[in-house]
Amino acid sequence: MKTKVTARKTTGRLLPAKSSNGHPIVPLRERRLNFGNKWDYAPAPEESKNYIIAPRHDLFINGQFVKPHSGKYFPSINPATEDQLTEIALGDKADVDKAVKAARRAYDKVWGKMPGRERGKYLYRIARIIQEKMRELAVLESMDGGKPIKETRDVDLPLVAAHFFYHGGWADKLNYAFPGRTPRPLGVAGQIIPWNFPLLMAAWKIAPAICCGNTVVIKPSKTTSLTLLRLAQIFQEAELPEGVVNVITGVGETGTAIVQHPDVNKIAFTGSTDVGKQLAQMVVGTGKRITLELGGKAANIIFEDAPIDQAIEGIIAGIYFNMGHVCCAGSRLLVQEGIFPTVVRKLRDRIQTLRLGNPLDKNTDIGAINNKPQLEKIRELVQSGVDEGAEVVQSHCPLPARGYWYPPTFLTGVTASHRVAQEEIFGPVLSVMTFRTPEEAVERANNTPYGLSAGVWTDKGSKIFKIVSQLRAGVVWANTYNKFDPTSPFGGYKESGFGREGGLQGLAAYCRLD
Amino acid sequence: MVEERAGAFAKRSIKTSAKLAGLKLAISMMDLTTLEGKDTPGKVAYLCRKALQPVEPKYGVPPCAAVCVYPNMVKYARKFLGDGSPVKVASVATGFPSGQYPLRTKLDEVRRAVGDGADEIDMVIDRGAFLDGAYARVFDEIAAVKEASSPAHLKVILETGELVTYDNVRLASEIAMQAGADFIKTSTGKVQPAATMPVTLVMLEAIRDHFFATGVRIGMKPAGGIRNAKQALAYLVMVKETLGDDWLTSDLFRFGASTLVNDVLMQIVKTVDGNYQGPDYFSLP
Repeated sequence: MKTKVTARKTTGRLLPAKSSNGHPIVPLRERRLNFGNKWDYAPAPEESKNYIIAPRHDLFINGQFVKPHSGKYFPSINPATEDQLTEIALGDKADVDKAVKAARRAYDKVWGKMPGRERGKYLYRIARIIQEKMRELAVLESMDGGKPIKETRDVDLPLVAAHFFYHGGWADKLNYAFPGRTPRPLGVAGQIIPWNFPLLMAAWKIAPAICCGNTVVIKPSKTTSLTLLRLAQIFQEAELPEGVVNVITGVGETGTAIVQHPDVNKIAFTGSTDVGKQLAQMVVGTGKRITLELGGKAANIIFEDAPIDQAIEGIIAGIYFNMGHVCCAGSRLLVQEGIFPTVVRKLRDRIQTLRLGNPLDKNTDIGAINNKPQLEKIRELVQSGVDEGAEVVQSHCPLPARGYWYPPTFLTGVTASHRVAQEEIFGPVLSVMTFRTPEEAVERANNTPYGLSAGVWTDKGSKIFKIVSQLRAGVVWANTYNKFDPTSPFGGYKESGFGREGGLQGLAAYCRLD
Repeated sequence: MVEERAGAFAKRSIKTSAKLAGLKLAISMMDLTTLEGKDTPGKVAYLCRKALQPVEPKYGVPPCAAVCVYPNMVKYARKFLGDGSPVKVASVATGFPSGQYPLRTKLDEVRRAVGDGADEIDMVIDRGAFLDGAYARVFDEIAAVKEASSPAHLKVILETGELVTYDNVRLASEIAMQAGADFIKTSTGKVQPAATMPVTLVMLEAIRDHFFATGVRIGMKPAGGIRNAKQALAYLVMVKETLGDDWLTSDLFRFGASTLVNDVLMQIVKTVDGNYQGPDYFSLP
């Protein structure tokens, strides 16, 4: 940008064409950052060829891998390449019945009566083996789900191990967890988990269940079965008694069979609000306990007294972490009007530095969209935003020819009446809106059928306390976003579900308190 | 979030061609420094020669950006490098490292250093005045030094290790840029902690906001504490992803370091030849 044009400051004073360090003074309209390829990073892929993926994966029932009753298998593909990774067994009602019987037997004969201090040893052992195999599990998780290795390696897997360690710690202390009450296990827990954090959701479900003396029948999502089956091998290696955890892979009907099985005592589901509602109806009148962790449309509120550069990082972490496949994603950005142009400009620059591509590359920030229907849903919702008058801002990053990809995107000119402000997109798409006063921010943040999470950004501590107490959301982050810890309960209000996972509250969901 | 973001840059994996290009860039941005009471013309000669030709020409390594010396050594550095040298002469000044001296002697020192041939002046701010809340005094001093040092480029050392908080670093950066700094610089190297990634990030963000407000590109110089090639690459990643390609030049980014150069050279030689050489194969500055 070599130019002789002089710029006029707001004071009206004419500035020289050059500053004293010899660089031209850039006129107002030409001030932009140049995120080009002057110094580009070479590919840095994580080693993956040493991890062998078997061509076919069976069900895990009663401590053994067994063929499905139907004899059928379905393909599991790598969303970054569309190549088939393996075939996964299609479990049906008969398989579910076999698994529930195995779980019941394990509960009655071994696990339910085992002293907590003994159960704890198994949890610790599992946690340690997960730590030892962390790199392998992270690579498989990336290949199976499209998640960047940076995230599986630094977020998913450390949290998976942490959940087993944390609940290993509770196993022999349960009698002190609820003063005046005696916790007893519920029996067989049926668990259904989503595709966005396959192993982490498995850990969130399995660790507290078996910590409290329950046994488990768990079903992963159709698109992400691989790592849970690898975890089942770890259970074998840890010599977890047969039948304590059973893995039934399959499709929606497989999950329904688990929920409807008469000998299941507790249902735990993480997934879409639609399916959650159906499951809740199925258990009405059965005496089964249920906890649901469903969708969200979280507000991330940026006040004008916020540290804006830090808030930008929080916005990025809030919506582009895991390609936005996060139920607590900060998908509605509420910006105080005075700083709106600055925030949009900084956001526009910041998304240009996100690197999209091979999930196994250690420099990849944005991996592949998990599955094709989800990609189509994201496209459809963004199109609806455009049709309704919103302006789309996207990263210029090139998209690979094969696989499912969507660039980091945000929409401005969005109002509360836009579909993109109301519906969960579950992709790397942020809807940017404005507000004028703190009261309006709270009102708009709460103006959603969901209530899973929210974020508040301000340097003023008193404002944080005031706003946080008014937000109807299960988790509120202040000056940070998407932070998780096994000690912290996680769950929602309204259509985001009920029950909590993690912490003492999460334990209580797997106990009868006498 | 500052530490978290700074940590993310260090996680970038810079390999093969990117590593080689980055390391050569780092050499070209280096202010090779000697700031000791025992500095002599002889020591400065070592430094100047090293800066001109850091390693055998076959590796295609550019010269360093500058040598950075005490005011008394400026004339020797100028003599060794000659006029029109690709390596600039930078002089610390204004009562380095404390800055606790009368303004009149500071200005005198600056004028003498420029008169002896310094291309660049690395001044220190009066941290006592800053922490006392006398921001106008800090501003006026920088502005006075700016006037006295012209046409040399002015780098303003904040000594972030003494300012301690990010808020202070941010405010001091803004004062320095408004008062006429061409570069802002973290540290003297005499106080711990010296340069850190998070502190440098705060300063880069201040530079970014200053650019959008005024159209002026201010340079950045982290100094002290950057000892190895991996750290240097992490800083370059931070510059690239915070300010973009325009700042990836020795005009706008410098490393202040005394021991970094040979570790970077060792990595360059390893990347080119495929094997490591011991430290004795690299000449001391």
